[in-house]
Amino acid sequence: MFESLSDRLGGVFDRLRGRGALNEADVRAAMREVRIALLEADVALPVARDFIDKVTEKAVGQQVLKSVTPGQQVVKIVNDALVEMLGADESELNIDVTPPAVVMMVGLQGSGKTTTTAKIAKRLTEKNRKKVMMASLDVNRPAAQEQLAVLGTQTNVATLPIVAGQQPVDIARRAMQAAKLQGYDVLLLDTAGRLHVDQALMDEMKAVAEVSSPAEILLVVDALTGQDAVNVAQSFAGQVDLTGVVLTRMDGDARGGAALSMRAVTGKPIKFAGVGEGMDKLEGFHPDRVAGRILGMGDVVSLVERAAESVQAEEAEAMARKMAKGQFDLNDLRTQIAQMQRMGGLGALASMLPGMKKMAGAVKAAQDDKALNRLDAMISSMTPKERAKPELLNAKRKIRVANGSGTTVQDVNRLLKMHQEMATMMKKVRKMGGFGKLGALFGGGGMPDLGGLMGGGAGGAAPGGLPGLPGGNTPFNLPPGFDKFIKK
Amino acid sequence: MSETPWLERLRGGFKKTSDRLGDNLTGLFTKSTLDKETLDEIEDALVASDLGPSTAARVRERLANERFERGLTEAGVREVVADELAKILAPVAKPLEIDAFPRPQVILVVGVNGSGKTTTIAKLASLFLEQDYGVLLAAGDTFRAAAIGQLKIWAERIGVPIISGPEGGDPSAIVFDGVKKATAEGIDVLIVDTAGRLQNKRELMDELAKIRRVLGRLNPAAPHNVVLVLDATTGQNALNQIEVFKEVAGVTGLVMTKLDGTARGGVLVAAAEQYGLPIHAIGVGEGVGDLRPFNPTDVARAIAGATGETQS
Repeated sequence: MFESLSDRLGGVFDRLRGRGALNEADVRAAMREVRIALLEADVALPVARDFIDKVTEKAVGQQVLKSVTPGQQVVKIVNDALVEMLGADESELNIDVTPPAVVMMVGLQGSGKTTTTAKIAKRLTEKNRKKVMMASLDVNRPAAQEQLAVLGTQTNVATLPIVAGQQPVDIARRAMQAAKLQGYDVLLLDTAGRLHVDQALMDEMKAVAEVSSPAEILLVVDALTGQDAVNVAQSFAGQVDLTGVVLTRMDGDARGGAALSMRAVTGKPIKFAGVGEGMDKLEGFHPDRVAGRILGMGDVVSLVERAAESVQAEEAEAMARKMAKGQFDLNDLRTQIAQMQRMGGLGALASMLPGMKKMAGAVKAAQDDKALNRLDAMISSMTPKERAKPELLNAKRKIRVANGSGTTVQDVNRLLKMHQEMATMMKKVRKMGGFGKLGALFGGGGMPDLGGLMGGGAGGAAPGGLPGLPGGNTPFNLPPGFDKFIKK
Repeated sequence: MSETPWLERLRGGFKKTSDRLGDNLTGLFTKSTLDKETLDEIEDALVASDLGPSTAARVRERLANERFERGLTEAGVREVVADELAKILAPVAKPLEIDAFPRPQVILVVGVNGSGKTTTIAKLASLFLEQDYGVLLAAGDTFRAAAIGQLKIWAERIGVPIISGPEGGDPSAIVFDGVKKATAEGIDVLIVDTAGRLQNKRELMDELAKIRRVLGRLNPAAPHNVVLVLDATTGQNALNQIEVFKEVAGVTGLVMTKLDGTARGGVLVAAAEQYGLPIHAIGVGEGVGDLRPFNPTDVARAIAGATGETQS
């Protein structure tokens, strides 16, 4: 129902397709659209404003990747900033205190406190193996205490027996007493929903917090919340020391801008997200997913990510072309090393390529990729000329490179020897039938060159064995001489 | 019912809105012209009331056009804002009338979880009771723990009969029994509670469609009303809710709850603009008496912070 952000930005950026960097005027025009997207996603106005200012600063002057439009690039920048602002996954509760650790749930009516209380109780019981008790302090809503009792039965979590007519503060005291005596690790206090403008109820909440000195006070917020999120967050944060936020109803189709508002206003981590009515439907908070949702833009973000990958693939193709001509210098070796690292290091590479299993032992030793880093350091210490023409490296130059990279001349020699052997091998491979065939082995059909394999895309790592490997040679073992580095 | 207390209450609910908007506007109109910056700030104030960016932009347009006709005072701008909002809201103000024949009139109450359906049902029941209609409640929320208990307690407090089944039972069965009982006993209004459901949950929405079908089998005209309960704190997602509930459950009208907080419920303006569904009433508190007819002028003026009294 909402126009997606990419459509909006498309209009703004159509006229500047293909230009190099994002200039300020264009970014500002784009940010107007981003602002509307944020507001449609219910990000609170002041929060949206701050955010736009920050991102504008970041975006101006950024280079636009080939194969994406400037609009798509902006979406990616905005998305990354959103993820950053939403904070890290921080779903653990601070309950390592003298038991019972009290966790108090607060929030507006209908935000989902009672259900969330039971979900957290279940999680603590099953995942953290804690002995948990729940107590409902909600004496306002009819049958609220019964609701928690029923949920307790469903989740096999103890609940404080209901004493009709008792007031919240007294229930809290009784719950503390019971939890202490019966040796519970965690006591969850579900409080009544209250409007933040209802001072009597806010005072009651403060009184409960005083008698129970909670280790955690979680504000439960409906992900559907609109602009009012700011008022709610401010009022609750002003009355009690919130330690975190739980966003409920994230399984709905709300864009969830409240998440950003809450985070910005309270400064507290969003610890959990409720994603369904079942008692196990409680997840840690995933900033990346929520960011994509707020913008309504998950697809574009991944597109730009793929484009960024394909830039690397372009590198790889260029290298493959060079190799096909029989050229393979130290720059190429470095590109290859970098790509290996991108693919998750040698271990991951080996596990993806059939026929490389036997190398697993040697590869394991290099798992931390120190060997790769050392190689990279050595090549980085060379001048561009030396990289292009390794023959230039005489004794004096080798000493310089060794010093510069924190290695020894022997290491440099080994690197050069390895490069030599690889270059020779590349030539051999070329004679044996060219890269086209070889590429096809790895990428299924139609891969024109080594790009797929070298470029780090998952496509290049498609299983399928190595039928008909040319000759007796094994060109896709680790580079010859590489094991020497690993064994060190 | 005296009009004054609820007006005050409504104003109380909207007070913060008015203050906010008022604060913004006070700062703005010491200048003699409405420049772009000023319009931007008005638009922002409207966005902050949950009107949504596009509706806010429309109101802004109107203000931009009117600036030359008026020597602009702060009050003048508030009037313009209030007028524009009232113009959008006026056509949709329509109380829930009991006029079905044959009786009973079946009112199905739907909404997402926690929007205030059960409480609204209690308030509606109490309202109809005051108007001397016979009321029966049907506890169709068999899903949420203790939801039936909650409605039963309300029924007891208000003094209306209630029909219920076991927790986890088939809501359609309860609805079926409810219609039969209401018909047999000559009850005027049957209000059916349903479990809260997010509008993107296919199976749950299908269940609603089934309840509708069962009702339709007993009486082709039933349900006569399908009331969607919206939480005032909800932002732009309220529009999605209307869209989907309308499609699946055939929503015929809206009630907005929780307007006693600082939430502005401005999304009603956007809803009125886009869907034109009747707005029956607003909820301004937790007591049974806290359901009030929807008065567009008052709501609009309250949002805009216009001070002059209107007859309501």
